[in-house]
Amino acid sequence: MSKQVKLKKGFDIRLIGKAEKKVGDYQPAKTFAIKPTDFIGMQRPKVLVKEGDTVKAGTPILIDKKLEKVIYTAPVSGEIVEIKRGEKRKLLEIKILADGEINFENFEKFTSSEIKSASRETIIDRLTTSGVWPQIIQRPYGVVANPEDSPRDIFISGFDTHPLAPDYNFTLKGQSNYFQAGIDALKKLTKGKVYLGLSSDDKSAELASIQGIETTNFSGPHPSGNVGVQIHHVAPINKGEILWTINPYGVVQIGKLFINGIYDASKLIAVSGSEAKNPSYAQTYIGSCVDSYVTGNIKSSNIRVISGNVLTGDKINNDGYLGFYQHQITIIPEGDYYEFLGWMKPTADKLSFHKALGLLSFLFPKKEYALDSNGRGEPRAFVQTGVFEQVTPMDIYPVYLLKAIMAEDFDDMEELGIYEVIEEDLALCEFVDVSKHPVQQLVRKGIELIQYG
Amino acid sequence: MKLLRDLLDKQKPLFQKGGKLEALYYLYEAGETFMFSPNHTTAIKGAQVKDAIDLKRMMITVVIAMIPCLLFGIYNTGHLHFMAVGETASFGDKFVLGLTLVLPIVLVAYTAGGIVEAVFAVVRKHPINEGFLVTGMLIPLVVPATTPLWQVALATVFAVVIAKEVFGGTGMNILNVAMTARAFLYFAYPAQISGDQVWTYLGDKMPVDGFSGATALAVAYQSGQEGVNAVTNLSSQNAALMDNMFGFQNMFMGFIPGSIGETSTLMVLIGAAILLFTGVASWKIIVSGFAGAYIMAVVMQLLAVNEFMAMPAHYHLVMGGVAFGIVFMATDPVSGSQTESGKWIYGLLIGVLTIIIRVTNPAYPEGIMLAVLFMNVFAPLIDFYVVKANKKRRLQRATV
Repeated sequence: MSKQVKLKKGFDIRLIGKAEKKVGDYQPAKTFAIKPTDFIGMQRPKVLVKEGDTVKAGTPILIDKKLEKVIYTAPVSGEIVEIKRGEKRKLLEIKILADGEINFENFEKFTSSEIKSASRETIIDRLTTSGVWPQIIQRPYGVVANPEDSPRDIFISGFDTHPLAPDYNFTLKGQSNYFQAGIDALKKLTKGKVYLGLSSDDKSAELASIQGIETTNFSGPHPSGNVGVQIHHVAPINKGEILWTINPYGVVQIGKLFINGIYDASKLIAVSGSEAKNPSYAQTYIGSCVDSYVTGNIKSSNIRVISGNVLTGDKINNDGYLGFYQHQITIIPEGDYYEFLGWMKPTADKLSFHKALGLLSFLFPKKEYALDSNGRGEPRAFVQTGVFEQVTPMDIYPVYLLKAIMAEDFDDMEELGIYEVIEEDLALCEFVDVSKHPVQQLVRKGIELIQYG
Repeated sequence: MKLLRDLLDKQKPLFQKGGKLEALYYLYEAGETFMFSPNHTTAIKGAQVKDAIDLKRMMITVVIAMIPCLLFGIYNTGHLHFMAVGETASFGDKFVLGLTLVLPIVLVAYTAGGIVEAVFAVVRKHPINEGFLVTGMLIPLVVPATTPLWQVALATVFAVVIAKEVFGGTGMNILNVAMTARAFLYFAYPAQISGDQVWTYLGDKMPVDGFSGATALAVAYQSGQEGVNAVTNLSSQNAALMDNMFGFQNMFMGFIPGSIGETSTLMVLIGAAILLFTGVASWKIIVSGFAGAYIMAVVMQLLAVNEFMAMPAHYHLVMGGVAFGIVFMATDPVSGSQTESGKWIYGLLIGVLTIIIRVTNPAYPEGIMLAVLFMNVFAPLIDFYVVKANKKRRLQRATV
């Protein structure tokens, strides 16, 4: 009998445009890009290829000179068409024009018993040279894990509660043998345990039959699917400890690497949002150009395309590229309009966690909303209290933590739990904030202060 | 609306960087954002959608919650006047008289405070604080209707500058702004805010025989001094004019002398219902505040050293400004306790202190003002220990 954790705090942002569980009829994406900016904590990216080079899926294209062991590889085979740099020659994108059929670099194949008997060094070597390693994220800080470290435990969240998030039971369908192989490999990396968090509402979970892991069932609204929240309730991070987390997609990738001997960057992503004509899933690869999912699939022209979900995602151009770690794109209306007396007008069309005068969304607990990107008022100093706590199912005082970050008080940040959070864990605070603070930006600022001093 | 929007857009360059009236940008901004919520969109990174709430909406909710108290206060001002001078008047007459007395106070408080806000916004280059919407309404509700207007203006200016702006504006202040205004008046001009003469407006007329303008608390305190039963003494007040004026029921309804907005417990509870339903005020502070006051009143009743202390405990809850103070002042999220467990302690102690000051200190017939200010000062200390407990839990978990 696996452990049960009931979470009450949190809030589900109910949006229109959930992806229908079918693979949509989209044109395959032609270009793919790896964006060094997706890898938080990457300090000195160095490109290993030149424009015009041809690469296979799994060919090294990028390293971080501060973490040279970890190699970032091409998700698809094709030609390097552009190495885009920004101000001060900051590396922005490495663009690959796919050649249509995917050629793979060949890596050594393992049987499942070979995985179990392989040494830790072998496993790490295969993971770091093939391009799957960046899927492993270190806590604290939420950065790409350092293969030299020995993590206390490894945590995996088996479900995503973000708004319009993809259903892993659909995206990982039929992949449980790879997942099992991935788990077997991951177990080599830690002296502790590998934990998997599952949703208690979901009895038919694809991942429920996996062996050799500690399963915990979580119930409750978002952010119950966040791995940070799950860690907090299973075995919290303390100062000086290192944990690793990995998305189930990464585990499957590891499994495919060992069983099939290839770096398989194919992924099923959710194309969602109120402005998407046919919200459904799309079969593509890491770093896919979103052009083919946006053009012809939008209801109006004034839209915002988000790589990821509306809480933690990034705004990208209509022909931008999907982030390395993202499994969905969300298309919402752009909110660049004025609204007459918008601050006091009664409204049932805008979602609110609050019930202040005229905010009527609490009357419709099932209604789905088409939220736009309007900032909804001006930033102010902290006034209302007790709200962040209601959407943060952790024993943390978010406002005090944020104030410690603003004051750059290192001791306070540590004592108030900066090691236990990354941006996504407090993203709901940013949504519900009356005073409109850039909460996630502050959290990252605090982490960087602690990390680099 | 389009016309108004065009007008604003046309004027905007004047106030923006490089414009002739650049210095007044925040005044323009205040006006613009009052009429139109802004068109700016969320950042490239981070939450791409935002909750529909903003500080303006939260503050206006508090103002709406105070309207029942204001309307009742206006009526009661007129009602008491005609009763005191022995004339009968219609509902309309009472209300109109009350309006002529109360409305100027409200306008003066908003104007004086508004000017201070505007000056600070321009000089310190920060947006106008919406918190003033609430302060400007609270101040009139906690002064007697007879307060000279210049005193209202002075108190407002003092409170907004000293209690708020010097700390950096709404969200940064330590003391409740409106309570600071009242405390200023109380200590600077005691003659106009205490005693038996100030609570009822008489105009140029003489009160009828047998009229006393004393508040219920003053009468109860007097009972303690003279050793007469407080309840009997209360109910005999103004017996010629009104049957059982200081009976529990009438005090609950609020047709009694007092500051403009504080007299009616019923109206305060309506306001409390609005604040609690909308979630703007903390129910923990309100519940623990009333509980603290009641528990302390029961303790006093059990001790029963004098007749005032022997008064039934529930009388305390409808006398004076305790209900108003707990619901509208103690719940100020900025000056109050900010942690959830801290709120219980903070509210409880406000209630307890109010009754202690009331009953034991002859200099201050009403204790809520000082209790709130006192606990405002202590709220950060309460929070400090609550947060420290959280830090300790985290520390104990760690092995290194």
